[in-house]
Amino acid sequence: MEKTIAARTGNEAMAEAMRQINPDVCAAYPITPATEIMQIFAGFVNDGKVKTNLITVESEHSAMSACVGSAASGARTMTATSSQGLAYMHEILFIAAGIRLPIVLAEVNRNISAPINIHCDHSDTMAERDSGWIQLFSENPQEAYDAMIMAPRIAEHKDVSLPIMVTTDGFIISHGMERIELYPDAEVQKFVGEYKAPYNVLDVDHPITVGSIVLQDYTFEFKKAQHEAMKNAKRVILEVGREFAKTFGKEYGLIEAYKCDDADYITISLGSTAGTTKTAVEELRAEGIKAGLIKIRSFRPFPAEEIAAILSKAKAVAVLDRSESMSNQAGPVATEVKNGLYDAGMKVPLASYIYGLGGREIFIEDIKDVYKELKNIADGKSKPEQAKYIGLKV
Amino acid sequence: MSKDMMEIRWHGRGGQGAKTAALLLGEAAIAAGKYVQAFPEYGPERMGAPVAAYDRIAAKEITIHSPVLKPDVVLVLDETLIESVDMVHGLSESDGVLIVNTPDSKEETKKRIKWNGSKIITIDASKIAQANIGRPIPNTPMIGALIGATLILPIEAFMEDTKKKLEKKFKSKPEVIEGNLKAIRQAYEEVRK
Repeated sequence: MEKTIAARTGNEAMAEAMRQINPDVCAAYPITPATEIMQIFAGFVNDGKVKTNLITVESEHSAMSACVGSAASGARTMTATSSQGLAYMHEILFIAAGIRLPIVLAEVNRNISAPINIHCDHSDTMAERDSGWIQLFSENPQEAYDAMIMAPRIAEHKDVSLPIMVTTDGFIISHGMERIELYPDAEVQKFVGEYKAPYNVLDVDHPITVGSIVLQDYTFEFKKAQHEAMKNAKRVILEVGREFAKTFGKEYGLIEAYKCDDADYITISLGSTAGTTKTAVEELRAEGIKAGLIKIRSFRPFPAEEIAAILSKAKAVAVLDRSESMSNQAGPVATEVKNGLYDAGMKVPLASYIYGLGGREIFIEDIKDVYKELKNIADGKSKPEQAKYIGLKV
Repeated sequence: MSKDMMEIRWHGRGGQGAKTAALLLGEAAIAAGKYVQAFPEYGPERMGAPVAAYDRIAAKEITIHSPVLKPDVVLVLDETLIESVDMVHGLSESDGVLIVNTPDSKEETKKRIKWNGSKIITIDASKIAQANIGRPIPNTPMIGALIGATLILPIEAFMEDTKKKLEKKFKSKPEVIEGNLKAIRQAYEEVRK
């Protein structure tokens, strides 16, 4: 396959995937730093490069509502947002998932107010972790592009039928230009395929009810079906990832284990920081410290067993959270990891860290310090701390 | 930085093309087979406000996603920033390269900027731009100077890629394309001398 080497920011890469997918409907409202995705895509609509029906609305609440209506009528539907915009979609996100509509959302991770801040952290996406959406994180523009191409296949799979958000880190990835490999339109379209919705609210010959009231009688069963669909999503993400590898040459799983085979000390992170950590791991290994990294790609569904299996030989573990859950214990990622370890019957020493809120920079040295602290913990020189803040001004 | 990666920081004022320069260089480096990151510093974006932009260029995939702390090369598009911004922050005096757009001499500029490295280049990029493009936008000749100083890319490859980019942007203004290319060449050759 003839791949095109190009220069793209995360936002440009996501818009490019959307152009190639050519969805039936997009409804969107602008917000920094996701605005550009729809701005570029609107250009494609204007230039006739896609046949998408672009609906401009007056808020994110309306954008997601329009997406729900569109997807319920069988149209392949996409949108993009960030931060307060995602928060404003909140109640409709649950509805999209509850009605089992495979909407694709390009989400750019950004701080939630207050204070008002346009920069990256994961507080917006993590606040929607219970909404029933599949959530994929991307390390760089290439991963965002690739995930957008896989997203409709995962969401629309008959065993899943759930909405999916593909995320990038605000500004760091959304506005950072990198080298990327783009695939031919025809290959992407062949991979994504045509969407045949199992139900269609506009099909008057086969009438259905969508979004109706269901009380004590069956809501419970609806939720159990959703629960099973999210379990299936684990399998389907892996299946689609393998098929993607066959077509485009790069395989994606639920997690990426980087140099973990013989690692004594493992950190766990998501998104762009996982990339920075890879460089830290290289440098530590050159110093003789056996460091490893688990990058979580799929936060929903959460790969608890897969992470526990990789941690089984580690001497100490650290989880880096780019959001707070104000539980006084740890951030959301650390909490999930600990759940998984308990179920696996493991009691590896685990320290949890909070970093990068509101775009606070994290450097290789910060991450190396975490590994060095893990060594101290493993050597019995210190005890693991929880929700320890990295990079605070003193 | 590691030896196989070059980190570059651009200083300018909003509107002078620091971000565009970082992107043009990055795109040309990608076209020449390199791995690249190019990104501006996002703060309050106003015409005339101090801005910075960065490039990372390497032969291998770049995974680091933190800001550039110790640049190998610093380019100053606007010498009036010297008194208000710490231009040489993190720039090594032993092997860092400093390229300043100014009509002044190296010695005068070093004193003014309080930097004692040996690898300083002064070039009147605004004048070169004014003469060739008709506007004192110094970013493209500054890339010419950077390539002249570091040979990070073959100049011909950069000229070819930039020509393609400018042809798309300035379809109806061939004189802008020609002017930019001449300015890049002139700055490159001045530094190579």
